This record gives sequence, structure tokens and C-alpha cells, in this order.
Amino acid sequence: MGKIEWAMWANEQALASGLILLTGGIVGVAGQFRDWQFAAYAVAAGVFVCLLEYPRGKRNKGTSVERTGQYCFTVCVKSFGPLTRNYYVRAFIHAGICVPGGFMLATILGCVCLGIASLIYLAAAIRGEHWEPILPRKDSARKPVADSINRPPQNPPPRPPAEMRRKRAEDLEGAAYVNPIPVTANE
Amino acid sequence: MNPVSSPALLSQQQALSWARAPAACLNFNCMLILLPVCRNLLSFLRGSIQHCSRTAARQLDRNLTFHKLVAYMIGFHTAVHIVAHLFNFEWFMGAQLDRNSSLLPFVLSEIGNGDNASFLNPIRTNETNPTIVMFTTIAGLTGVVITLALILIITSSMEVIRRSYFEVFWYTHHLFVIFFIGLVFHGFGRIVRGQTNLQAHNPFQCRDHFETWGENGTFCPKPEFAGNPPMTWKWVVGPMILYVCERMVRFYRSQQKVVITKVVMHPSKTLELQMKMKGFKMEVGQYVFMQCPPVSALEWHPFTLTSAPEEDHFSVHIRIVGDWTQGLYEACGGDKDETQDRVKNPMLIDGPFGTASEDVFNYEVVMLVGAGIGVTPFASILKSVWYKTIQQNQNVFTKKIYFYWLCPETQAFEWFADLLQSLERQMTSKNMADFLSYNIYLTRWKENEAAHFRVHHEAENDPITGLKQKTLYGKPNWDNEFSTIGTKHPNTKVGVFLCGPTMLGKALEKQCLSHSEAGVKFIFNKENF
Repeated sequence: MGKIEWAMWANEQALASGLILLTGGIVGVAGQFRDWQFAAYAVAAGVFVCLLEYPRGKRNKGTSVERTGQYCFTVCVKSFGPLTRNYYVRAFIHAGICVPGGFMLATILGCVCLGIASLIYLAAAIRGEHWEPILPRKDSARKPVADSINRPPQNPPPRPPAEMRRKRAEDLEGAAYVNPIPVTANE
Repeated sequence: MNPVSSPALLSQQQALSWARAPAACLNFNCMLILLPVCRNLLSFLRGSIQHCSRTAARQLDRNLTFHKLVAYMIGFHTAVHIVAHLFNFEWFMGAQLDRNSSLLPFVLSEIGNGDNASFLNPIRTNETNPTIVMFTTIAGLTGVVITLALILIITSSMEVIRRSYFEVFWYTHHLFVIFFIGLVFHGFGRIVRGQTNLQAHNPFQCRDHFETWGENGTFCPKPEFAGNPPMTWKWVVGPMILYVCERMVRFYRSQQKVVITKVVMHPSKTLELQMKMKGFKMEVGQYVFMQCPPVSALEWHPFTLTSAPEEDHFSVHIRIVGDWTQGLYEACGGDKDETQDRVKNPMLIDGPFGTASEDVFNYEVVMLVGAGIGVTPFASILKSVWYKTIQQNQNVFTKKIYFYWLCPETQAFEWFADLLQSLERQMTSKNMADFLSYNIYLTRWKENEAAHFRVHHEAENDPITGLKQKTLYGKPNWDNEFSTIGTKHPNTKVGVFLCGPTMLGKALEKQCLSHSEAGVKFIFNKENF
């Protein structure tokens, strides 16, 4: 299991926990359960966790797949700087958030799942991982385009123009042709 | 619980039904979920069904899709079940807390207080809370454990984790063992109660007289209850036994000794392993699962066989892309330069398992489309074609093969180009140059390569592959291809086989449907790992 990025799994687990916490909270409030205050807290906590965990971080190796529409969430999460970048902080935040959920049956599942996510984030932090936002590639990073962009090629590469391609079997001398463009390597 | 008129009590009564209905569905789904992953069993079924109906047998190729769908259902039903039970716990607790004899729930909760056996309400006292009850009942405890296992399985099976960190997915998935054990014991506490004296106490007649149950002069004695026996084990014990057998078969098959006879490193980071194993019999286009204990003691990975059944060895071509393949490459001594003979390395093989490619020779005209490394099953087919044609006593039903290979880079051609070159020679020497018509499409190229192609355009052999048929550039125009083939072969069933990306599969499927008209029928087969 050499090159696993634990944060990726921790992220999935935490997002799932947020949804479970939210659902448990909604059930507790809507059903007017006895300890509904904890359920109300769970609704708020669940929403917070979901918002925090929705934007996926950038992977160290390989292509990162964004979640649909995560860009605005990425910007929000990024603005907190080291608080959201560091996984130790996340591990402790999740550990803290999950505790009040343990006091009511409806929210206890969300509490335990979030606790597990917190442990996985701790493992990720110990391994030195951190959260990088997935941002769209900036255009200025690309090399400036050559002048030939204004003169698009007349023929699809790599065949020579049509009249050159027509074979003239009766005229072997004429069938040979000189390269219209000198052949050089393009570095 | 008895049907009553008050809406609040009505919904209380319904909550139990809302929990028991998904439980019934879960029984059924948990029975089904183990079956699609018994690949040896499926292989056996496939072989038997194939004699009756090829279409039916092909459905077995979609076993992983079925497994996932059943898993989604298990997740959904678990959620409904848990929410319903949350309400149940809350209301059962409330029945004990509101200690008022004019309330039906309290009267029902008092039943069985004497002998502690004929009770209805599983919460027996008002000095507790739902959380404590959950952790002190068998049903509650097993429920928590298996739900946690299920959630961990689901989060580690998300596509992102599965594709990039296969080990996490594979190891976490084995929590299913805990899931099934907990599931079987979930009902052993007999927490769901059923009435035992329905003859004496009819709920419909007695419900409104609950204040006088059991008193002298009434015709309603007190209702008595007992725990319902556990039912889940009856559903899942069969598949559990089948799965245990499946793992034993896999283990037994993997104990057969495998000898690696040759290791070849091809360009484009492709590793070829030629192996021999006693009793190994394969068909075209099948795949095997391989384990390399020096690299990882528990992981099995699938690879298509690239050799033909007629050869004396079997081979796989593996692209080196991740941890495990890199470890495999080093374990086989691949980082030393020469090809090696008789490499002494314990390798375990499970298989072969069948795929749609076996059906290729059942069609008179065949279109094979491979994208990049997806060409590997077709390597096996083409080699088999070559062997079959040179052994004249073989009556081959297939009369014409159209082969399309889409590839983004030129180096990937090299190991496959050799095969095509020898085929080309063989076909020409036997005057069968028409049998195989292949088209290689280079989908990406660099500027300096483009210049080279332009210069050698007139050469007899293709500058990239050295073959007589020229490499084409860009993507094929499928509409044209299908129309041409349809016109050339009226009144035939044309088999279209693809090993490649889903988008291409969708495009080809559409083409098959739109070009299947009177007479010619295009039948689409897709395989994917």
C-alpha cells in the first residue's frame, strides 16, 4: 500500500459522515424526538462538514477528478489558508464536531463515521499530506503561440497535397516529387 | 401492535412496518450480492448455458454491474431501515416514559412485566434511553457494527478510490465478512415480537377495550407475545456456502505450479510474460487473474491472455502503470536487459475466465475494434486465426475479419506489428490476402513525426509498422466503415467486438443499431475490465 493518499479516502468518508449526520439530525428534529437539540446541532454540523469536504483536493500523483460544480467551494475553502490546508487541523475539527452527536441515538452513526474520518485524516497528516486546491490551468503558463497560428495548414498532416498524392503510373519520372517544405525537427 | 384510530398511534404502528419492509428486501439483496462475484461458478455456468443460448450466457459478463446495483439497493434499504428504527426506538421509549394507564402504548408496555417473556415492548423499563438499549441488545449492537462496516465498504468503493488506490478498496471490501456474520446474528435476540394468542384475543375486536383486558367478565384476555425466530440466515446461508466454495476453488487453482518460460520487455513499457502451467486450457480472448506474492501476498489482478489456444504456452502483455505492475516487472528480473529463460519466480494464476471474445468464431463476418492496450484480446484471436488456417483440416466458420486498431503513439505498435507482419505473410502465401483486412489509426502525432510520414508517403511499406497496409491518421469514420461492410455482406450477421473506452462503445453501439437493416445485422459485444 505504498503510494496511497489517505486524504482521498478520508475525504470520501468525511463527506459521507456529513450526510449521515445531517440525515440523523433531520430525523431527530422532524420527528420531535426528546433530545432534539442535539439533532438540531447535527443538522448544522452536517451542513458544515459537507461544505468543507465537498471540494476534492489535488492529488500528488495522477489526475485529480473534480466533483461537479466544486469550484466555488474550492475558492471558499482555499480562503481559510492553513486552517483548511493542514490535515491535523481537519482531524481535530472533525473529532471535535462529532462529539455532541454521540448523545442521541439518531446522530450517533454520523458521530462514529466522522470519528473514523478524523482518524484517517490524522493518518494522512502524519504522512505529510496536505490539501491543495484544484484550480483551472492558467493560460499564462503556456508557451507563447508561434506566428504560424495565423496561417493554418492547408492540408491535414501528414499527407502531401492532393495533386501530389495522385499516382502517375505512366510517368515514373513525374510521379517523384520534391518536398514542398524542408523537413526539420521541431524542438 | 394493534391498529388504532389516533393518527399519532397510527404512525407509531407503521414505523415498525417501515423497518420490516426494507429488512425483507435486505434479506433478498444480501442473498444476491455474493453470487455475481463467484467467478469460477459463473465460468462454469457460462460454459453450460452456452450450449443452450449464447445471449443468455453473455449476460453473465455483466456480473460486476449487477453486483454494484445490488449494493446500491442494500445501501438504500439500510438507510430506510435505520430511519424507521430511529422512530421505533423513540416511540417505544416514550411508551415507557408516559406512565398513564389510559394510554394504549403504556398498557401494551406493561404486558409481560411478570414473567418477562410475553412482553411486546423490547424496552422494559423507563430508566434507560434509546442509546443504551441499542448497545445492550443483540440486534442493536450487530446493527451498529454492520452499518459501520457497510459505510466503510461504500466509501472505499467510490470510483476515485477504486481506480487509484486499489489496495484500500480491496482490503476494506473484506469487511463484508463482518457484515454477513453480524447480519445473521442480527435477529437472534428475537426482538421483533409476534402475538401468540390470536385465537383468544382478537386485536380488531379488543383494541378499544384495552382498559379492561384480562379482567373478570370481559371476553378479551391480555395479549401475549413471543419473539419471532430469526429468518435472515435462511436467505444468506446458501450464497455464503457457495462463496466459501468459490474461495476454496480459487485457492486450490492458485496452488498449481506456474513456470515462467520467457520475459520480454517491449517498448512503451509493455511487459510480456510467457508461462506454462499443468492442466491449463484456454479459449481465445479469455483472461486470468494473477498474483505475485513477492510483490503483494493478497492482491489478484486480471489480465487478458495474448496467446492462442494452439500454442504450447500462455502469455500476457502487461502495461507498467502502477505499484503492483512495477513490482511485478522487477520481480521478474525485467530491469535486467536480456530476455530471461526459466525465471524462478512463484506466480499464482487463477483462471482462465471467459469473455465475449469467445464468440468471435461464431460469426461469419467479424469487426474487431481495439483502442490502445485494448487490442490485447484480439492478439489472441488473430494468432488463433493464423493457427487455424494453416491447419487445413479446421473448418473455420468465420470468412472475413475487419480489424481496427486505434492507437495514440507509434511505439505501441512494435510488439503487435510483428504479429501482423507474420500474419500478412502467411495470408499472402496461402492466397488468403482477403481474409483479414486491418486498419491501424494513429490518433496523435508530433510535428517531427508528421514530417517523416510525409516524406515516406509513397513508400511501399508503411513507415511506422512496416506493413503493406498503410497506417491511417486521425479517427475512423465509422459511418463509412459500417456502410461499406453492410453493403459488402448483405444478409449476414456481423459481430462487432470492442475492447476500449466507454465513449467509443456508445458510438459503435449506435452505429450497429442504425446500420442494422434488412438482411445485414450488426451485433455489438463489449468487454471491459
